[in-house]
Amino acid sequence: MQEVKVLFMGSNFLRLLSGLWVTVRISLISIAFSLILGVLLGAVMTSKNRVVKVLCRVYLEIVRIMPQLVWLFIVFFGVTRLTGASFGGETSAVIVFTIWGAAEMGDLVRGAFEAIPRHQFESSLSLGLTKPQMYVHIIFPQALRNLLPNVINLATRMIKTTALVSIIGVTEVLKVGKQIIDANRFEFPNAAIWVYAAIFLMYFAICFPLSMISRAIIKKQRRGE
Amino acid sequence: MKILKKISAVLAAAAMVLTLAGCGNSENASGSNASGSGSFRTVDQIKESGEIKIGVFSDKNPFGYVDNEGKYRGYDVYFAERIAKDLGVKLTLMPVEAASRVEFLETAKVDIILANFTVTPERSEKVDFAPAYMKVALGVVSPDSAVIKDVSELNGKTLIVVKGTTAETYFTENCPDVKLQKYDEYNEAYSALQDGRGDAFSTDNTEVLAWAKSNPGFTVGIDTLGSTDDIAPAVTKGNATLLNWLKDEMKTLGGEQFFHKDYDETLAAVYGADDSYKENLVVEYAG
Repeated sequence: MQEVKVLFMGSNFLRLLSGLWVTVRISLISIAFSLILGVLLGAVMTSKNRVVKVLCRVYLEIVRIMPQLVWLFIVFFGVTRLTGASFGGETSAVIVFTIWGAAEMGDLVRGAFEAIPRHQFESSLSLGLTKPQMYVHIIFPQALRNLLPNVINLATRMIKTTALVSIIGVTEVLKVGKQIIDANRFEFPNAAIWVYAAIFLMYFAICFPLSMISRAIIKKQRRGE
Repeated sequence: MKILKKISAVLAAAAMVLTLAGCGNSENASGSNASGSGSFRTVDQIKESGEIKIGVFSDKNPFGYVDNEGKYRGYDVYFAERIAKDLGVKLTLMPVEAASRVEFLETAKVDIILANFTVTPERSEKVDFAPAYMKVALGVVSPDSAVIKDVSELNGKTLIVVKGTTAETYFTENCPDVKLQKYDEYNEAYSALQDGRGDAFSTDNTEVLAWAKSNPGFTVGIDTLGSTDDIAPAVTKGNATLLNWLKDEMKTLGGEQFFHKDYDETLAAVYGADDSYKENLVVEYAG
């Protein structure tokens, strides 16, 4: 039990928090880019053109098949090897999570649109709405409702996956935790459980509000129906 | 209709390109230290930039770790600080993982790796090693309840190793009957051993000896396995000026018994000030 104090020795707690900030920063920037690019990609994915469809499909599948760890290596080391250009660790992380997030997001957007029944489009037009009016008043609100819970789910997944970035030299919250455990491993060999508990609570503090929002939206939706 | 299709295709393609370009631009804007080229820096270039980047472990106490104040410490770090001082430049330490050390050098993301880097023929093809400043062999640690005293006892059992380490290579090549359970980080490997997910754990003897000392219930049953290996600084392949500078530097340091002092400052607390052990571990380069 006395191992708990490892968390508060020196600047350890502050370092955990700044590690958490790195985690949050990488995830938030990546999520923001993913949202913007994902909506565009999703719109492109609904295209009837077969070439476009195949291209999008290939992109999505490649991103899904390759583990994020491999992507981190490709962007951080591979790009430098091939082109000589060098991204910093955090930048590479944001690039990787945006490539991944945009693909998943695009697929979600496509799904949300395709889930809207044909007759919604047809009845809007037959009621005399113009196409822009149809999208703004009828289609987008429904698509958004379908989309939000899934987007939040994706966001929490992205936050958790950022734990991989220590392999490219970025010290996020989990890595700080491991450093603290290691620095004290001779004096407090059992401190690990407390450090991991603290990290668990930190992830929870970030992801839980998102889950709550998602649940609230689903509830509201049900009531609406 | 055909024209419409074509237009939409072009638009779609443009959107894809924009997506990619947008990606690149935004990252550049928010990007940090883009060093411009993937090739190594000579000693003059390092001096000119006023900064040397050295890759060290950040969770391998007592060789390279971060203390409770957030400061890098350890045997490797002590040496890194001296290198920067003698070059007259600022020291920037990069935290590296065992599995990415070679990549960091090959892409010149760091100038030198000082992360408990064991000299092997495979690695020597990819990076250039300076003279050794430490020597180690492999060790195997196991629970007191079932101490492994000989490699043959491991046959059919599960051995925990860390990816990219000498232990992984040794057992893969020499002991095909040992089941390997691989982890990315030391931390996870030790947790696995404590949880009984494997029968034993193997890595450098320095590492397992230090660990067993502070973890009652575990014993180092094999303390010298395989050949004795050299631990040396490494630079990017072909970086002759930095390699030669390091050789000269280490010759000077050898003259003043620098690594003995390094041991006293960083390792004695863990391994004891015992001279026989110190002589086994520390290497001073005589030139």
